[in-house]
Amino acid sequence: MSNNTQRYRVCEVQDLIPESGVAVWTPAGPVAIFYLPAQTPSLYAISHHDPFSGANVLARGITGDLKGHLVVASPIYKQHFDLRSGVCLEDDSVRVPTFAVHLNGEDVIVEVPAEVVAAETA
Amino acid sequence: MTKKNLIVVGNGMVGHHFLEQFVASDAATGYRILVFGEEKLLAYDRVHLSEYFAGSSHADLAMGTADWYRDKDIDLHLDEQVTGIDREHRVVATSQGEYPYDELVLATGSYPFVPPIDGHDREHCFVYRTLEDLDAIRASAEGGKTGVVVGGGLLGLEAANALKSLGLEAHVVEFAPRLMPVQLDADGGALLRQKIEDLGVSVHTEKATTAIVEGEAARLRMNFSDDTNLETDLIVFSAGIRPQDTLARASGLDVGERGGIVVNNQCTTSDPHIHAIGECALWNQRIFGLVAPGYTMARTLSGALNKDPDAAFTGADMSTKLKLLGVDVGSIGDAHGQTPGSRSIRFNDEQAGYYRRMVVSADGRKLLGAILVGDNSKYDTLLQYALNGIDLPEAPESLILPEGQGDAPTLGPDALPDTAAICSCHNVTKGDICGAIDAGCSDLASVKGETRASTGCGGCTALLKTVVDSELAKRGVEVSKDLCEHFPYTRQELFHLVKVNGIRTFGTLISQHGKGHGCDICKPAVASILASCWNEHILATDHVPLQDTNDTFMANMQKNGTYSIVPRVPGGEITPDKLMVLGQVAKEYDLYTKITGGQRIDLFGATLSELPEIWEKLIAAGFETGHAYGKALRTVKSCVGSTWCRYGVQDSVGMAIEIENRYKGLRAPHKVKMAVSGCARECAEAQSKDFGVIATDKGWNLYVCGNGGMRPRHADLFATDLTDEELIRTIDRVVMFYVRTADRLQRTSVWMENLEGGLEYLKQVVLEDSLGICAELDQHMADIVSTYQCEWKTAVENPDQRKRFREFVNAPAQKDPVQQWAEERGQRRPLADPA
Repeated sequence: MSNNTQRYRVCEVQDLIPESGVAVWTPAGPVAIFYLPAQTPSLYAISHHDPFSGANVLARGITGDLKGHLVVASPIYKQHFDLRSGVCLEDDSVRVPTFAVHLNGEDVIVEVPAEVVAAETA
Repeated sequence: MTKKNLIVVGNGMVGHHFLEQFVASDAATGYRILVFGEEKLLAYDRVHLSEYFAGSSHADLAMGTADWYRDKDIDLHLDEQVTGIDREHRVVATSQGEYPYDELVLATGSYPFVPPIDGHDREHCFVYRTLEDLDAIRASAEGGKTGVVVGGGLLGLEAANALKSLGLEAHVVEFAPRLMPVQLDADGGALLRQKIEDLGVSVHTEKATTAIVEGEAARLRMNFSDDTNLETDLIVFSAGIRPQDTLARASGLDVGERGGIVVNNQCTTSDPHIHAIGECALWNQRIFGLVAPGYTMARTLSGALNKDPDAAFTGADMSTKLKLLGVDVGSIGDAHGQTPGSRSIRFNDEQAGYYRRMVVSADGRKLLGAILVGDNSKYDTLLQYALNGIDLPEAPESLILPEGQGDAPTLGPDALPDTAAICSCHNVTKGDICGAIDAGCSDLASVKGETRASTGCGGCTALLKTVVDSELAKRGVEVSKDLCEHFPYTRQELFHLVKVNGIRTFGTLISQHGKGHGCDICKPAVASILASCWNEHILATDHVPLQDTNDTFMANMQKNGTYSIVPRVPGGEITPDKLMVLGQVAKEYDLYTKITGGQRIDLFGATLSELPEIWEKLIAAGFETGHAYGKALRTVKSCVGSTWCRYGVQDSVGMAIEIENRYKGLRAPHKVKMAVSGCARECAEAQSKDFGVIATDKGWNLYVCGNGGMRPRHADLFATDLTDEELIRTIDRVVMFYVRTADRLQRTSVWMENLEGGLEYLKQVVLEDSLGICAELDQHMADIVSTYQCEWKTAVENPDQRKRFREFVNAPAQKDPVQQWAEERGQRRPLADPA
């Protein structure tokens, strides 16, 4: 964990869908968490906000791999986003925010920027 | 060596095009070129003259620049009229001097014909030819309210549009009984008239103007021969053109009886050193009043001056496609059917507002001409048939019938000869495209770059792609049929692997027959195959991550991330109680409601978390899921049939409900729609569906593989006079054969088009059991039908599955902030473009 992020418990393992995503609410806005049990690591978190449609939907996309990238396909206009970097495969000038995510026992922990949390709680 | 002199008289579009061609040729180095233009302005695009009123300047319309003439070393004399030709000494005289020539090109064009009506030369009477004319019209319009165009041809309507754009109340006065008499027939002219009148232009046909006198309420009054009159503030004459042959006439060149400088196939006049091109030239007793033939003459003459033995003008296609006042008009070849023995096929849709006529040869095999009013979408295909003498399909009417659009691509790229013009803007033929491919172009983009095809108006884009694809395939450039990077198989092959090996999960299939983790292409395709084979619930743990969002949440995702809900309404029959429940639920959740095209009710704007609650209520009222989200059977549309209708011969509602209930939930490569009509009047529009059933007095006629959508296709008649049982059994087998053999996301129509042997083969398989698989198809369908479950019912009753519908798993009360709403026509709709 870096100094300028805040750990945030968002849900439990049993709330996750293997090979797919769920959306959680964080002080940094909606975040999509993907659970890929066969991968290492098995958890990935990117913004839930689809920059092409403007809708909060990325957690509802289909996951997979394309040309070596682990990706999710936006359910609206089908662009693919790299789960590690957030970069859009079809237009690399577009990138969605990514978040560190890990397990603490059964708890799923997302790290969001500290200043966002501070602003939220101030 | 001293250079010879080449003089071009006339600086219009054709003259300019000639210069462009000639200066780029070898012969140009041997000549000094002089050009004389009567107007003060450089050659400009007269075809788009009206745009001058819409704000275009001369610079926008100009064909070239003064710099271009300077760069090419062309001696340009504008505002200098040529007054005589001394053929003996080869000298032209102008208002300013005398210039010797070795070769002389007359590109003097034409002048507008003004009927010799008393008063035609009064103030506020104009012609429509030059930018100067337009300036004068504009000045006159400023003080006026109404304007009349005399002449209802192509240019006249163009002028009427111009008057309208100047803010005048516009009238068109035509001597003939209809508009555009040269290009259109009576029906076409009548429809064009109606459409133009709808746009606020008054049309007066069969009017002969006898005199133009001073008006009472307006500046001028036009008196007509039928003793009526029309008052107007200005008049524009656009009653045709006459070739500008004064100069040629005066210098003793041969001219036609009704004007025009006589030229041979090389565009040379009766004097071997004088040539004529464009609207001033008379070739084979014809004047060509369009720019394209003029351009062809310009190219021909440039070739002839370069001693090209093949340079010859052999006539020109006068087909036209244009938008007049926003109305599509197309006229091809022998539009009036003047060829002896020719016959016509006409389609006149007064409802939709378009008219189409095909003129076919006596033997019915060739297209000679066509007329289109109101919709030019068929123009390009018809033009290819006419220009290239391609054999018409067996049912030529399919080329102009609205449902026949799917048949148009049967004009496959292979049917086109090498000379077929693919891109008319840049004069690119199929041969040019093949040449580019042979020279190394290996994809569409490089062919476009090489040939400039489809970089003009873009109208040929689709045709170009099919030609390029077909030619690449012919040269063995392999088009991969692999489903995606994870599976080196087609959908059909995967289907066999799943079925034969009894594979029940995506994980097993990809580990045994694929690689990687899958993607949004192969996962839904495999999910569909698994569903077709084993019919397990789509939200079973193994299947959830395979589905598109619509299938995952069993609703249709809308652009703001909410969903729409479509309960099944079999056959479109619904009780008042059920209607009320839909209304109550919609009201409770503030859902936008709309009747769909398939006789159902769509409820829009539900959030993810609301979906299970809403479905709980709908299920309690007796509704089932309508599978509007799935590649599955959607609706079976019906009319009321013999139950209510005076004409119905069978119970179409009963049959539609039986069919809908039988196939509901069945997963297919693409969505499937069906319809049942109770009589031949076809109120259910069954022939536009994947499976269409039409009642006869002896039973049911079955049509297969039609569809609406982007490329509509009329369904084909598959079997006639079937009993109820025969009908169901036949549909069972065709559906199942389709499910097993079609490609991913392939509609039945495309499946049929790609099926080797086509309809006949399908009949053999299904009706004669030529493959011996009918028993298996029957059994497979029986399994699917017997394992049906309402997916929503299963989901709402399963707490684990319900959990999936939380918008945010950790914040049940959190609303999605980007979902914002506006009200329109009394209902809620998403606010445009959420942030």
